[in-house]
Amino acid sequence: MYKILFKKTLAQSIHLMRIEAPQIARKRKAGQFVILRLHDRGERVPLTMTTSDAKEGSISIVFQEVGKTSMELAKMKQGDSILDVAGPLGNPTHIEKIGTVVCIGGGLGVAPVYPIAVAMKEAGNKVISIIGARTKDLLIMEKEMRAASDELLVSTDDGSYGFFGFVSQVLQGLIDKKTPINQVVTIGPVPMMKAVCEVARPHNISTMVSLNPIMVDGTGMCGVCRVTIGGQMKFGCVDGPEFDGFKVDFAELSKRLRSYIEQEKISLDKFKCTQCAAM
Amino acid sequence: MENQPKKQQVPRQKMPEQDPKQRRHNFNEVPLGFSEETAKLEASRCLQCKKPQCVAGCPVEVNIPAFIGLIKKGDYAGAANKIKETNALPAVCGRVCPQEDQCEKNCILTKKGESVGIGRLERFAADYARCHGEISLPQLPPPTGKKVAVVGSGPAGLTCAGDLAKMGHSVTLFEALHLPGGVLVYGIPEFRLPKAIVASEVDYLLKIGVKLEVDCIVGRTRTVDDLFEDGYSAIFLGVGAGLPKFMNIPGENLLGVYSANEYLTRINLMKAYQFPEADTPIIKGKNVIVVGGGNVAMDSVRNALRLGAEKACIVYRRSLEEMPARKEEVHHAEQEGVQFDLLCNPTRVIGNDKGFVSGIEIQKMELGAPDASGRRSPVPIKGSEYVIPADTVVMSLGTNAQPLIAATTKNLGLNKWGYIIADENTGATSKPGVYAGGDIVTGSATVILAMGAGKKAARAMNEYLKTI
Ligand SMILES: Cc1cc2nc3c(=O)[nH]c(=O)nc-3n(C[C@H](O)[C@H](O)[C@H](O)COP(=O)(O)OP(=O)(O)OC[C@H]3O[C@@H](n4cnc5c(N)ncnc54)[C@H](O)[C@@H]3O)c2cc1C
Ligand SMILES: Cc1cc2nc3c(=O)[nH]c(=O)nc-3n(C[C@H](O)[C@H](O)[C@H](O)COP(=O)(O)OP(=O)(O)OC[C@H]3O[C@@H](n4cnc5c(N)ncnc54)[C@H](O)[C@@H]3O)c2cc1C
Ligand code: SF4
Ligand code: SF4
Ligand code: FES
Repeated sequence: MYKILFKKTLAQSIHLMRIEAPQIARKRKAGQFVILRLHDRGERVPLTMTTSDAKEGSISIVFQEVGKTSMELAKMKQGDSILDVAGPLGNPTHIEKIGTVVCIGGGLGVAPVYPIAVAMKEAGNKVISIIGARTKDLLIMEKEMRAASDELLVSTDDGSYGFFGFVSQVLQGLIDKKTPINQVVTIGPVPMMKAVCEVARPHNISTMVSLNPIMVDGTGMCGVCRVTIGGQMKFGCVDGPEFDGFKVDFAELSKRLRSYIEQEKISLDKFKCTQCAAM
Repeated sequence: MENQPKKQQVPRQKMPEQDPKQRRHNFNEVPLGFSEETAKLEASRCLQCKKPQCVAGCPVEVNIPAFIGLIKKGDYAGAANKIKETNALPAVCGRVCPQEDQCEKNCILTKKGESVGIGRLERFAADYARCHGEISLPQLPPPTGKKVAVVGSGPAGLTCAGDLAKMGHSVTLFEALHLPGGVLVYGIPEFRLPKAIVASEVDYLLKIGVKLEVDCIVGRTRTVDDLFEDGYSAIFLGVGAGLPKFMNIPGENLLGVYSANEYLTRINLMKAYQFPEADTPIIKGKNVIVVGGGNVAMDSVRNALRLGAEKACIVYRRSLEEMPARKEEVHHAEQEGVQFDLLCNPTRVIGNDKGFVSGIEIQKMELGAPDASGRRSPVPIKGSEYVIPADTVVMSLGTNAQPLIAATTKNLGLNKWGYIIADENTGATSKPGVYAGGDIVTGSATVILAMGAGKKAARAMNEYLKTI
């Protein structure tokens, strides 16, 4: 059992949790994730670790309520326990000193890009971060990102805060201003990552993306997390989750994320129903 | 022995089974087990050979005549304990061992007709002891004070852990998943091996002092070298075979195409057949095609029926004779209404506009000259392609070595396929203090061979521990 030490709501339906998991905390590196199972009947869901504290023996996750399991997790409180937390999984982000790194997080993607920005900065890079959300109220971790970066740029789709538009357009702006950029790292919704890649590609700026395919075991055993990278089949959990963005088949990834759309709805409706009954 | 000719007149006792029409709709066990009377009758067939050939056929050398003798006398718990002396998982082996190729193949009665039903009797004794709470705990020697780590809780790891504990060592079993058992819990279906049996075997290990840590991925949560630093003096790696193979044909990433590992894991480990009571979903296809001809393919296709498929079909590129699956499993599948498209090979998976599978293109094959495995190799017939409709496709093509341990452990020798090189008799690897066995050494094999490897390694590790 893994105790929830702390919980905080960052924006509407986006929450941060600190969970007691000393062994994972000891090992976790930027870019890695855990797999959680809330209870006996629960499914295994992957979530990126935003931070860890080896002293306290804790890891932090930031998650968004999108379906049954994430909503159920959101209902859990400080002091409650999660049945299983396994990790750290996935390859750590490749961190080296290369010059200027632009870290781009869209929506919930700000949370997983944060530890990478921190690690890139610690390695001696100049870090420019671009974070965005649909609207001002949904923007998360601005303060943390500002502290982790040499420069922070913000955008919202509706113009309610920062630049009026998408994070990919902000990147375009940097490129247009001839800002030297050695590496782009981007995490967020699939269409956003794709858009960022399309901006960077003509300028041949190496762009790393972190993919979020559906997973079960997270150890390379089942193959559900397969993605196509440069025409080759790779397993997201053991070969990734980070890949060269220029080689990713994003259309296929989007499609595969919809594998269980029907079942997800059944699950969610049933969950909402039991929640109502309990009230 | 000579004055017991009557014994051979008792025919091999049949195992009662669930009716195929019923069982194809439920997940309950197919063979129902012997009654006490049938078990005694079957036991009476054994000639109690002085030099029992059957024992030589068993990879863990179960004292077969002795335990069968005890069943004959009605001492069922005694029989179970007798088996447990050399086989940590009798209820499992009695069910899933390919007995027809092992102990029973060697039985003297095989030549004269039908072998003694050794597996069925083994199952009977183990079930009896479990259901009557009569599994006695062994007398443990005084603790040696040595800490040992066993990585992976499949049959190899379970056996190794049990034996080391019985030698007085302090054993911790590390498992990556949330449940121990390896393939026994995530792969082999409930209707062939009820999960309660695996749980009770694990429980036995806990009772004799083995500690279990689930959710621990060695190589990630802790490395092999971390384990040494944490005071473990010897380590056994029984991490199984890993990554599922695909065919590299177009359309394999369409929605509704599964690897057998994923399909079976969702159903067995995650209980997706109970969705939405259990949270993990699965596509319950009406028209399911399973590609492959091994036990794993049979398990997948029979699961498909139980999930409600109207048509469930095996597509295999050779003929029935070359099929590697156990005859009994093929027979069970046929009884349940599984169809077999033999001498056929998929060339492409076809999808609809939403990205879901809608069919599979098949090419006919004919058998050519025998290949390296001694089986006649299939040769494609040009221009014979046709499409069969399907809404779910399961690829059951075997697995590759799992790379995680290898990638994170220094000085561990691997062969060219990435499997760990280990001494056949001791399980010793190139890294001092590290032993390995089971599928991660041999590639996909059998439960009993994995157990045998765990057993040999435990013995060698015990010797090694005396030297340090
Ligand atoms: C390596 C990795 C890291 C991740 N890190 C985070 C994280 O830090 N924070 C976070 O909130 N989420 C993260 N995700 C996604 C998270 O796992 C899913 O949101 C979660 O499994 C949804 O479960 P659910 O039961 O609530 O929703 P479901 O009912 O399963 O799905 C509801 C909706 O979410 C979409 N969805 C399902 N699975 C995924 C997925 N794997 N990725 C994206 N969308 C999905 C579905 O298409 C559907 O529309 C990560 C995924 C991966 C693979
Ligand atoms: C569907 C199916 C049906 C089968 N049917 C039969 C049958 O009828 N009869 C028969 O004899 N054989 C059968 N087999 C084969 C048999 O199950 C295997 O040969 C046997 O289980 C191998 O045992 P093992 O202990 O080596 O590995 P496994 O059973 O694979 O167990 C390995 C364990 O190690 C864990 N692990 C992996 N990596 C790590 C890590 N890094 N850290 C910690 N833990 C880790 C895994 O999660 C797993 O629990 C079948 C196999 C399958 C897949
Ligand atoms: S363990 Fe397997 S091979 Fe050995 S006696 Fe039992 S059924 Fe036969
Ligand atoms: S060989 Fe057959 S008859 Fe002889 S002891 Fe073994 S099981 Fe009995
Ligand atoms: S999640 Fe199963 S192989 Fe990646």
